[in-house]
Amino acid sequence: MGKTLFEKIWDLHVVVERENEPSLLYVDRHLVHEVTSPQAFDGLRMNHRKVRRTDLTIATMDHNVPTNDRSLPILDQTSAIQIQTLERNCKEFGIQLFDINSPNQGIVHVIGPQLGITLPGSTIVCGDSHTSTHGAFGALAFGIGTSDVEHVLASQTIWMEKPKSFEIKINGKRKNPHAVTAKDIILSIIKNIGTDGGTGTVIEYSGQGIEDLSMEQRMTVCNMSIEAGARAGLIAPDEKTFDYLRNRKYTPKNYDELVSYWRDNLYTDSDAKTDKKFEMSIDNIAPQVSWGTNPGMTCDVTDLIPFPDDYSKGDQNQKKAAEKSLEYMGLKPGISITDIKIDRVFIGSCTNARLEDLLEASKAIKGKKVADGVRAMVVPGSQMVKKQAEEIGLDKIFINANFEWREAGCSMCLGMNPDILSPGERCASTSNRNFEGRQGTGGRTHLVSPVMAAAAAIEGHFVDVRELDLD
Amino acid sequence: MNVDTDQIIPKQFLKLVQKSGFGKYLFYNWRYDENEKEKKNFILNDKKYQHSKILITGQNFGCGSSREHAVWALQDYGFSVIIAPSFADIFYSNCFKNGILPIKVDEKTIEKLNEENLELEVDLEKQILITNNQKIHFDIDPYQKKILLEGLDDIALTLQFEEKISEFEKNSRIPSVL
Repeated sequence: MGKTLFEKIWDLHVVVERENEPSLLYVDRHLVHEVTSPQAFDGLRMNHRKVRRTDLTIATMDHNVPTNDRSLPILDQTSAIQIQTLERNCKEFGIQLFDINSPNQGIVHVIGPQLGITLPGSTIVCGDSHTSTHGAFGALAFGIGTSDVEHVLASQTIWMEKPKSFEIKINGKRKNPHAVTAKDIILSIIKNIGTDGGTGTVIEYSGQGIEDLSMEQRMTVCNMSIEAGARAGLIAPDEKTFDYLRNRKYTPKNYDELVSYWRDNLYTDSDAKTDKKFEMSIDNIAPQVSWGTNPGMTCDVTDLIPFPDDYSKGDQNQKKAAEKSLEYMGLKPGISITDIKIDRVFIGSCTNARLEDLLEASKAIKGKKVADGVRAMVVPGSQMVKKQAEEIGLDKIFINANFEWREAGCSMCLGMNPDILSPGERCASTSNRNFEGRQGTGGRTHLVSPVMAAAAAIEGHFVDVRELDLD
Repeated sequence: MNVDTDQIIPKQFLKLVQKSGFGKYLFYNWRYDENEKEKKNFILNDKKYQHSKILITGQNFGCGSSREHAVWALQDYGFSVIIAPSFADIFYSNCFKNGILPIKVDEKTIEKLNEENLELEVDLEKQILITNNQKIHFDIDPYQKKILLEGLDDIALTLQFEEKISEFEKNSRIPSVL
């Protein structure tokens, strides 16, 4: 019987296998950042252990970094300490670090692919749940906790029970790909399968709707696999994948040789069995807007805020959750999504802060200005994205429209740096989580695509971007 | 249901560089109002539950961020067992690394445990929950059970496979980054 792509990558990385116990899996790439690593390095020091493979370990600082002027000192002392701690640890243990002043600095999941560190068929881990992003390249990539960060630093391996496989097939073609984006595809999937629909599985996305996506769009889809509860999400590599990674800073020297191996091996066999399946057509999907406090609480931009009774379909727990969410969000059932007024706009995060995201968002601006009373910011995913965007003049489009144009980092996706919402503020955000307080205590987050966020900034409320001229 | 790790430990407390002292920030935004006063309607502020060691909760507990700080906060507060119909994968795995026992039981059992307002005892060795009226069996992976009962250092365990790891590295197709 054939194997799935996930099983093939898994089998290629098993170091130790024992019956009814987790397997020991080799890790090809370990990405490290400042928030989930200090305690892991402490553990190594306490036990007099070294980092086994410094040549497979890369670090950067992204979660905490301020996104204003990089020449200014970091005012938040605890953030400054965490950043200095990473610098010290990388120096002590001999790990390559892209620090706050490096042209390669950025959100760890944005720089990995940009630098050619992410490779098809590899295993990639990071102390961050959005590591699933790298799955867009046909890698098995997943987030881990700090204890496992320490374990990987010490041994370059991880104990793991083999997840189940989950095939998500996306059929059809989007009618207006500028207005209906990869973000809308993944939000639709989560809306359908739920925030725990993928628990215990590795998702493989396939079908015409996925093949048509660019690499950057595929990253958006795989990035939010964790929002459906999945351990990882991946897409079989194709020529787009191989072209994207060619001639990057760290692309391996024997790249063509690797590509021919990947071409011959990295796909799901036609007779492979998957444990779970979900199929969806995107012929007619609309731009999505989240209305609640988890990414599954999402609807079409043309919908009304649902009544908890309708949303829960008889499930009392779901009903209570919906009521609590609406109360937190300050929303009433039955009002139109397009009537929701916003205070803030955030275009950024590992989900949606790559060059193409910024380019697509800029199409909704076209010489217009941000609406009165709205504060909007663009935070490129990496310093490289920022530079590339400036080379094609995107910074000017945003700045002229009164958006703030900032330095790279995670920023208001999780508000560990000074970029946060005030209590009660409502934000159209291209990030990945609308949990209570995620972007600032009391803040209200609506997850949308970059073009939806940009259009909301201009109008001061959500609009159906299919009605705009985006060419 | 769907209690995410952002609720268990909000982001502003992730900046600490040690593992201890997170308990006072557990469920911070649910426990305290904007003036840092205890909110009356939150369960952990009810005197009856203040020294609880067992947390009974809903489906998909610990979803979202991989932050192990969530487990450190629960442990530092005093919890050693969490009972839910289901857990998010990364959180579930993080529990075992820190000596917390996550137990999966069905919704009906959760309802029963919640209703009875009773003392509850957990026997990991025998895999049973002991209430006033009955004993309820729970399943757990034998390997994870062993780790919890024996408190193994899993890095030391792994390093016993040093030879196998080195052999794997010799044959690996994926080149170094640098």
